[in-house]
Amino acid sequence: MDKKEVEKIGRLSRLKLTSDEVDFYTNHLSMILGHFEELSSLKTDGIEPLITPTAPTAHIAKDEVKRTITTEEIIKNAPEKSGNLFRVPPVVGGD
Amino acid sequence: MKFLNQTLLDVRDQIQSGKAKSVDVVSESLERIKKYDKDINAFISMNDAAIKRAEEIDARIKKGEKVGRLAGVPIAVKDMYCTKGLKTTAASKILNNFIPQYSATVVEKLEKEGAVIVGKTNCDEFAMGSSNENSAYGVVQNPWRKGHVAGGSSGGAAAAQAARYVFGSMGTDTGGSIRQPASLCGLYGIKPTYGRVSRYGIIAYASSLDQAGPLASSTKDAAEILTSIAGFDEMDSTSSSEAVPDFAKEINTDMTNVTIGIPKEYFGDDLNPEIKSVVLNAIEVLKSQGAKFKEISLPHTKFAVPVYYLVATSEASSNLSRYDGIRYGLRVPSQDLNELYSQTRSDGFGTEVKKRIMLGTFALSSGYYDAYYKKASQVRRIILNDFLKAFTGCDAIICPVTTSTAFKVGERIKDTISMYYNDIFTTSTNLAGLPGMSIPGGLSKEGLPIGVQIMAPHFKEQTIFNISQALENNLKVDLKMKGGMVDGI
Repeated sequence: MDKKEVEKIGRLSRLKLTSDEVDFYTNHLSMILGHFEELSSLKTDGIEPLITPTAPTAHIAKDEVKRTITTEEIIKNAPEKSGNLFRVPPVVGGD
Repeated sequence: MKFLNQTLLDVRDQIQSGKAKSVDVVSESLERIKKYDKDINAFISMNDAAIKRAEEIDARIKKGEKVGRLAGVPIAVKDMYCTKGLKTTAASKILNNFIPQYSATVVEKLEKEGAVIVGKTNCDEFAMGSSNENSAYGVVQNPWRKGHVAGGSSGGAAAAQAARYVFGSMGTDTGGSIRQPASLCGLYGIKPTYGRVSRYGIIAYASSLDQAGPLASSTKDAAEILTSIAGFDEMDSTSSSEAVPDFAKEINTDMTNVTIGIPKEYFGDDLNPEIKSVVLNAIEVLKSQGAKFKEISLPHTKFAVPVYYLVATSEASSNLSRYDGIRYGLRVPSQDLNELYSQTRSDGFGTEVKKRIMLGTFALSSGYYDAYYKKASQVRRIILNDFLKAFTGCDAIICPVTTSTAFKVGERIKDTISMYYNDIFTTSTNLAGLPGMSIPGGLSKEGLPIGVQIMAPHFKEQTIFNISQALENNLKVDLKMKGGMVDGI
């Protein structure tokens, strides 16, 4: 993995990386992926990927209205709010 | 110590029968934490309502009510579990002010059985680590030896139990995070079958691997806690409706019809000789109790660590995308929304978490998905098939838990690869969804604990507890700390 790829992955992950961090993660991620190369030696053609290790229970929830938590409770942890809304910087428009 | 050196079951019975008061037991717990935890750092936050809760339980018992399996006993909960009204950080700066508005199902079940939650324990940030050195709230010391790690990621949970602050400590295990610290701190720690315990309200690291389980000071204590927390939950679609046994009650130490597999791949030439001799000794003890042993093969064991880190980081990259500074947690203000997201995440996440988010984002990204995530998921099935085949000829598997005893703080943290390969004996069970338990097996020459691991087929935790009890009864490991950080043990 080279620096350019790490910068791209950083952007995709919404992480702002300093140039020192780009160097650091380039080294570390390359080393990790290098060690994981041994996986490619294994033939896996036709093998169904395993996503959930035990079969989940088929369950149909009852069609009923339940009060869980209120808007006031949900909004309590918001870093910035306006009434019962989450406040964010302008998404469209602005200057 | 009046209470804390006894078992959970004994003290529970005393409280339930009115011979002891929950208030006195909880007070002893809080005093002990106050006395030692400045040095050990097992807790991130304390529950200020613990005494009040103990009083309520005493009042209910006085009225003749039957309170539950965990009546009035103090329990610690890892800071990965949401606790209504009580700060929950996942040991991350990004959640340093997060007060959940609901409790995890496990927490509700513990409380329903009468437990008193005394506080939230330290861990690696988002449970990512094997030494508790990745916490934004400082490293946890191993009560057995100052300057040594308690393991991770449930390091605070293990230290709290090893120091006998509580009668049980809740951990989570994604790749060994209950079993490895249990081994390093001389405890009984079980990761149940995937689906046995609801994950609802537990902060997600890697959803197809995460399981909740207890760390305790005896087999029966661990078993009683597991019975209390297990079972189907409609809030977790991956939880199972498999019947939950009364594990502690049903323990059967007759080993004459038990066949245990010894996987040759776990006993390579590079296995630490002290750990090898502890596991071999456990095998001899079980043989003397009538258990039969056979060599088995789990041929793809060496691939478990790469598969684990690719699957876990892929899931983590998705799970942790929710921390964006909008609805809860840290926000670094900015006039631009994208800038706000990335500044908040860069400031809020620690180095290891960022590393894993990026590794996972890479493994899932266009052009690499087939070679990494899909490949790893295919090998994951091969690893499961190895176990399913092995279990056609045995009831359980015995093997080591860790590659070493508790190492020194700072010794491995800069060496990512050696830290990741610490998990070599534990990750396979998470990939295959199997239950696994660390059981105290002996001490090293240095006087540090060494665990023995027992694995079993899906939903066969009872088999594990049976073997654990047989070992506990017959190994007679001297778990007295020599040169430890706390007294009375």
